[in-house]
Amino acid sequence: MAKLTLPCDVETIRALKVGDFLELEGRIVTGRDSAHHWLLEHHQADVAPLLAGSVIYHCGPVVKRHEDGHYSFVAAGPTTSAREEPYQADVIGRYGLRGVIGKGGMGAKTLKGLQEHGAVYLHAVGGTAQVLAQAVVEVEQVFMLKEFGVPEALWVIRVSGFPVVVTMDSHGGSLHAEVEKASRQKLEQMLGLAS
Amino acid sequence: MLTPEQWTAKLVEVIARASTQLPPDVVEALRRSRDAEIEGSLARKALDSILHNIELAASNWQPICQDTGTPLFWIHHPIGMSTRMLVAACEEAVRRATGKQLLRPNAVDPLTEKNTGHGQAPGIPTVHCEEWDSPEVEVRLLLKGGGCENCGTQYTLPNQALKADRNLEGVRRCILDAIQKAQGKGCSPGIIGACFGGDRSSGYVESKRQLLRPLPDHNPIPEIDALEQDIVAQSNQLDIGPMGFGGNTTVLGVKIGHLGRLPASYFVSISYMCWADRRAGARIAADGTVTWLE
Repeated sequence: MAKLTLPCDVETIRALKVGDFLELEGRIVTGRDSAHHWLLEHHQADVAPLLAGSVIYHCGPVVKRHEDGHYSFVAAGPTTSAREEPYQADVIGRYGLRGVIGKGGMGAKTLKGLQEHGAVYLHAVGGTAQVLAQAVVEVEQVFMLKEFGVPEALWVIRVSGFPVVVTMDSHGGSLHAEVEKASRQKLEQMLGLAS
Repeated sequence: MLTPEQWTAKLVEVIARASTQLPPDVVEALRRSRDAEIEGSLARKALDSILHNIELAASNWQPICQDTGTPLFWIHHPIGMSTRMLVAACEEAVRRATGKQLLRPNAVDPLTEKNTGHGQAPGIPTVHCEEWDSPEVEVRLLLKGGGCENCGTQYTLPNQALKADRNLEGVRRCILDAIQKAQGKGCSPGIIGACFGGDRSSGYVESKRQLLRPLPDHNPIPEIDALEQDIVAQSNQLDIGPMGFGGNTTVLGVKIGHLGRLPASYFVSISYMCWADRRAGARIAADGTVTWLE
């Protein structure tokens, strides 16, 4: 399995294709619904350097706060990415993200954004919260914890050997669009609905 | 009789089990579907990771999935037992389990958009209490994640686009359509709970209650049993597969109930449960002895 070290440059991302398995190394940031709104409200200067060249992880973790005040991830799988569809391409463009980690794939607007900006959609296996929490080696800091709560805060984490598959690449390829289209055709045939 | 405090402690045990120990029938079904996928395929790799995750969660007693979901309790209790006490004990158990990281703080006030921080809010957990003749209490718990809950849907028949009339064939068409629309977003391979008949709310509740049935069981009504098995076979031909990566297993099981309907209405209510089918059941005797149920 190939390693992808983050942050990375756009050429590295352009070389990736749908179906590639990768292990991620380096610093990434979690963010979901509240975070995406917040990132587009204003330019969030504190977080921006952490996002540039890296990826945002659609994840609302279970987190343990230790007595000395440091945090660790107890469970940390991906959440459904489709909810960020209206915002994702803009967040990628504005913060120079090289990709997104999530599950379930994203739609046409994001796919176009990936092409334009040179970014990829990385699919982690939904529900594998223990496997993925083990790949989170350190929680470095957190933004908006008090305001958004644990699942919606932006957690800055360092990962090692974090397994993902490229399911949407920067050349317009999308496994999700393919599977959706083929399964719709099969269903229409099965039910005699052929349009 | 157990005190409210003792009930709370028992319910925390039920939550711990549901959140961390996947039922053996679900693990078995996932193993079989792993073996049914082609070596080296994305589907096979996803299922390998899922099976590894199940083992890690079980041995460390940590949540299988970080989205610990809506806790849905169904409780059967002896005559005369206070349901207010049981509901309060469930609520307190959710708060306590959240404090122990067995559950994620998973309750948000939609008006203020604040997370309550302790996992509990009006309507969370949901608790269904029903009296029965046994002196024991039976607790069944389902932790239903938000991603799969978002894939739930409700149809009204007839539905012209699906050529679905008010009959079992119409029900079949709705369920297959819902499975295709869900793709991998509900964390396939999923389990489908469905109900035909009822009203908009009772239909959804019954569709979720169907998810308490073990995967290998059979519907006592032969034509619905056949329908359940047909839908499993047909949906697995759609090549949606684990996580929507393509593959041979899209659903692990389909469970269908029915309720009386009004002459004017014919609802088909569908709940999608992710592969992390976190259900736990316990019989609790008056002296506190717990017997775990499949």
